[in-house]
Amino acid sequence: MGNMVIEPLGETALLIQFGEKIDEGVNRQVQAAVSLLEASPFPGFVECIPSFAAVAVYYDPFRLDRSPGEGTAFEHVRSLVQNRLKQIGVHAERKRDVIDIPVCYGGEHGPDLAYVAELNGLDEAEVVSIHSGRDYLVYALGFAPGFPYLGGMPASISAPRKGTPRLSIPAGSVGIAGTQTGIYPLDTPGGWQIIGRTPLALFRPGQDPPVLLNSGQYIRFRPIGVSEYDRLAGERG
Amino acid sequence: MSIEVLKPGLLVTVQDLGRTGYGKYGLGRSGAMDGFAHRVANWLVGNAESEAALEVTWSGFSVRFRQSMLVSITGADLSPESGGTPVPMWRPVWFRQGSELAFKRPVSGCRAYVAVAGGVDSPQVLGSRSTHLRAGIGGLNGRALQAGDVLHNKDSGRFGSPAASSRDFAEHVFFRAARWSAAPRPGYIRGNQAVRVTRGRQYDDFRAADLRRFFEDSYRVKPESDRMGYRLSGPRLELRTPREYLSEGVADGTVQVPADGQPIILMADRQTLGGYPKIAQVVSADLPKVAQLSPGDAIRFREVSLDEAEQLYLARERGLRRLKTMIDVRLEGMFGC
Repeated sequence: MGNMVIEPLGETALLIQFGEKIDEGVNRQVQAAVSLLEASPFPGFVECIPSFAAVAVYYDPFRLDRSPGEGTAFEHVRSLVQNRLKQIGVHAERKRDVIDIPVCYGGEHGPDLAYVAELNGLDEAEVVSIHSGRDYLVYALGFAPGFPYLGGMPASISAPRKGTPRLSIPAGSVGIAGTQTGIYPLDTPGGWQIIGRTPLALFRPGQDPPVLLNSGQYIRFRPIGVSEYDRLAGERG
Repeated sequence: MSIEVLKPGLLVTVQDLGRTGYGKYGLGRSGAMDGFAHRVANWLVGNAESEAALEVTWSGFSVRFRQSMLVSITGADLSPESGGTPVPMWRPVWFRQGSELAFKRPVSGCRAYVAVAGGVDSPQVLGSRSTHLRAGIGGLNGRALQAGDVLHNKDSGRFGSPAASSRDFAEHVFFRAARWSAAPRPGYIRGNQAVRVTRGRQYDDFRAADLRRFFEDSYRVKPESDRMGYRLSGPRLELRTPREYLSEGVADGTVQVPADGQPIILMADRQTLGGYPKIAQVVSADLPKVAQLSPGDAIRFREVSLDEAEQLYLARERGLRRLKTMIDVRLEGMFGC
């Protein structure tokens, strides 16, 4: 379990922290912890939410199965969590699950591609090739429903956020902010530099689970042309 | 049975206890901001606490009951009236077929709850009827109510159709209210609240002088506060050493501090993860107090230990169960079942 730290997040949740940096090995522990906790929920367990290097565990103190004088609810849940995570180091490494994300780069779908290229002394094709040339781990979903926190974008295509955020960025837009890249699941205002757009829906409230991607998976961006974008977007309806 | 929305008011949404289990997908809980008032409203019309009700923000909302209906209004006093007569709150009320209910002006608090016998019907989305405005799901097509919307209850509720009792309505009488009430003038709904908090995860990272002022001074609720969060203005809170934190799980009532040093209390429509340092955590028992604050209201923080916060939570739940038992006894007395 290494340097696992468990701290309260108020009286209805606790945080299990596995590290302090964005690291694939640390995040694998996070994903493994979620699997172990969900596999054997304790009485009063509500849900758990993974992030880069931590898991938040939510519980209802009134529904815990504990006897009076046993200590605090937090101590009770901490010991349940510790018991469940004893095996965390011994599980087999998960198969690498890579999800294909078709992206139409540049043009009307990626109005900031030229800016990102110019800023980094590259041409547009080089930015596309670098951006789509590696896999990205989905560390966590958050910020908006289905939004993947991705790690590992090469610094050679980084770009600062826009000084004035756009009022509306269409769902599916692929953006860059600093050395982060991400995909907007909903139409929202935002300040990321938009380099392309995927026709896939990341948030799917009619399905359960309601998302395209899951944390712990890898994604690979695949450049597509406008006609394939239109065809895939049309299939979605 | 159906209810027609005449005026949409500032913001009225369908809410139940919220949506759990989808936080790992980035979808937050939503649900009633004042969970206390929401649960009591349901109990007063014989519903399970998990039924959906209307969350009415401030004023301007009005409806017409197309059939006679058993209704309760709890939470903020937003001057509910019917035919020019004030409608008593925190009790069962029969509205006559064709009668109207209007919320005229806020007297105390910010959010009222309207429950109808049987519960407000709307499609369940991912296990809940709660409206999540940002995600555009739940309630009525994921949006706030509009004039002309027609709401239905799922069924006529535990006590059957109250239509029979409408024969008792004298002319020009639009509603009949029970003489008893569940929680007259609840003390938690007023301005200048002391809200109890435990220490946040990054409490010790803040400057000692700022921590003192956080508890000694008061903050004001900014106008841009909403169902996502209460934005406060007051003494600036700074870290001892500026640093970045990895985004991690937050909770209802998490008090986070962005770089401008002005705290934000995260509420029902919050994001699931947050990267700002957390200075404090509002105890669950005091979240309804926060939910009832309006822009311009003052708020003060008082520290309690984690142990006290747990005791407050358990005491609140035990108190609510006693209240439900009392309401059930009264309802059974009225309906003879």
